[in-house]
Amino acid sequence: MLKYIDTIRKISKRLLKEKAVDMVIGFRKGTVPMMNEPCFINKPEDVDNLVWNSNCGINLANYLTNRKEKIAVIAKGCDSRNIVTHIIENKVKRDQVFIVGVPCKGMIDRHKIASMLEEEIIEVVEEGNIVIVKSAAFEKRLEKSEILQENCAVCIHRNPVVYDELVAEPVEEQTDIDRYKDVRRIEEMQVEEKNNFFDNFLSTCIRCYACRNACPLCYCPTCFVDESRPQWLGKSIDPIDIKTFHLLRAFHCAGRCTDCGACQRACPMGINVRIFTKKLEKDCFELYGWESGLTLEERPPLDTYKPDDPDSGI
Amino acid sequence: MIHTNLMIRIQGFRHTMKIIRIDKKNWAEHIENLSGSYRLFGPVKDNGSHMFKELNKGELPDLNYFNTTLSPKSIIYPQSEVMLEYSLDENKDNHHVMKEVKKDYPQRAVIGIRPCDAAAFLLVKRNFDTAEYKDTYWTRAYETTTFVGLACNSPQTTCFCQAAGNGPFHEDGLDILLIDMGDYFFAKIISSKGENLLKAAEWETETDAETGGNIIAAMKQKAEDTITASVSTNKLKGQKTTDLFDAPFWEDVAFACINCGTCTYICPTCWCFDIQDEAFGLCGIRMRNWDSCMFPLFTLHGSGHNPRNTNMQRLRQRFMHKLKYYVDKYDNGIQCVGCGRCIRLCPVNIDIRKVCDLMNNYE
Repeated sequence: MLKYIDTIRKISKRLLKEKAVDMVIGFRKGTVPMMNEPCFINKPEDVDNLVWNSNCGINLANYLTNRKEKIAVIAKGCDSRNIVTHIIENKVKRDQVFIVGVPCKGMIDRHKIASMLEEEIIEVVEEGNIVIVKSAAFEKRLEKSEILQENCAVCIHRNPVVYDELVAEPVEEQTDIDRYKDVRRIEEMQVEEKNNFFDNFLSTCIRCYACRNACPLCYCPTCFVDESRPQWLGKSIDPIDIKTFHLLRAFHCAGRCTDCGACQRACPMGINVRIFTKKLEKDCFELYGWESGLTLEERPPLDTYKPDDPDSGI
Repeated sequence: MIHTNLMIRIQGFRHTMKIIRIDKKNWAEHIENLSGSYRLFGPVKDNGSHMFKELNKGELPDLNYFNTTLSPKSIIYPQSEVMLEYSLDENKDNHHVMKEVKKDYPQRAVIGIRPCDAAAFLLVKRNFDTAEYKDTYWTRAYETTTFVGLACNSPQTTCFCQAAGNGPFHEDGLDILLIDMGDYFFAKIISSKGENLLKAAEWETETDAETGGNIIAAMKQKAEDTITASVSTNKLKGQKTTDLFDAPFWEDVAFACINCGTCTYICPTCWCFDIQDEAFGLCGIRMRNWDSCMFPLFTLHGSGHNPRNTNMQRLRQRFMHKLKYYVDKYDNGIQCVGCGRCIRLCPVNIDIRKVCDLMNNYE
């Protein structure tokens, strides 16, 4: 995946030079290990600031809306699916975006890697399928497959589903993957156990809303938690208010979530918030055979009514 | 405020001579001695990361940690704090009256706070404890708390405490400074609160002040030498506010910002709050909750107008407050202690060091 960067820069430069687009949205090198910063480039001479590696987990579809420019965007499989969702939901027009598709082999899980070591990580380097994690005292070589973000480990749409240009040949899609093991584990719990699980799960939430704000789906002009007339939700760290926020936000994402993992990645407390949306993603798949963001031709199931919709979906 | 700092420095000076040696094998027993007269708080590992929590009986602070994910500010300034309560039930005394919620402020001690986090309380004090206004919730909690610091022998790569006016062995805001020496701690007694805690813990093995002092000074130098991160702040005060406000770099800095509250909530020096009423049937409370200048609601007017309606305006406010307005108002450095939390935890890697340098060097 590291090899993509030359092509990404070349395409970006060409598009800017030819004035085919006004800006390119991509990533620039981060200032701390395992982080890159979303950025825009609007001059051909600046394209060398763009980078690509396994730390580009933020979903760039989140940066496309409410803009007037013609935009080129560097899009992984999940980003491309969220662009499709944006187009379906009239948040962006197909001809406003030039999609530079990146066949993706998964992003690495910065929370997981940090928790594997007692020491401060000062550098993380990739060499093919090996990720070398360095602290002041030692180096640890890890297989990338062991430290993928959970959503990437179970991803079956690594290749962009819609694009104007691909930076490389498509990668092989993962098959025979049990995508919902974690959800089933919770589904199997008894009511009380489930309740305790969620209480504990969210006990460190500080309501910073990083999960919501990193999510391309959460674009409401005023989120329900911010409504004041009427005010639906308390503002404190009352566990019921916190739970209400997470559960309602997840329901708002039903049939729309692509499991891009941006919410989990963004959480400063390391809470796996995508477990909620994952459940709804599973339900939509099982009830309607629906996976979001795969096609521009069809309305999402929760957007339409069909006489043969399953009753259990209500 | 300068006066308060001087007082602390003088107190510190008076007591610097006293250094206690605490063997780690006796550590638990002495901490237990404290639990009779203090409610104890300290860093504990929970769900994979360290947090400041109230220690249960017999529980020890885990001092093998870098900076905690959340700063310890909530010990003095909880994220949600009830201030007033009322009842409309006419059978109750004082119905229809907003009353202050009764709270006791028992003696508390925070064991193992980092010097930057302790310095942050002094900084926040400039806001909550002024000649004109005293925030009684904050001041009562602060005054009844003793801070036992833990010097940083190995600062992180994101620590720029020295450039922010404190340091890995900084003593301002601390009552005792512990220095981890491997099998034992040196405890430098800094204030009378520290003396009192020392007595309660029954730590008695005084060490020769000069020898101990020299060892500590060498360790301090070593720790300071390992700090690589820095910011330049020397020109901030001289910058024209309106020039910085209109500087062209904000659009680029703000692009990635998703306007979450991470930076403000994990910050030891962010002090803004929002006051909310919550009603349950016939009774209700008035509480305050941390607020964040990153949120649109922070400045939304009743009319519907929002003077900071864009991501960029909100991000600019945060940095301008910390690195310009505060600098101008208090003439006491930046509103930041260099703990590096926002650098490590920002979901999109907006780095205050970069922004500070942009602001400082803007021409």
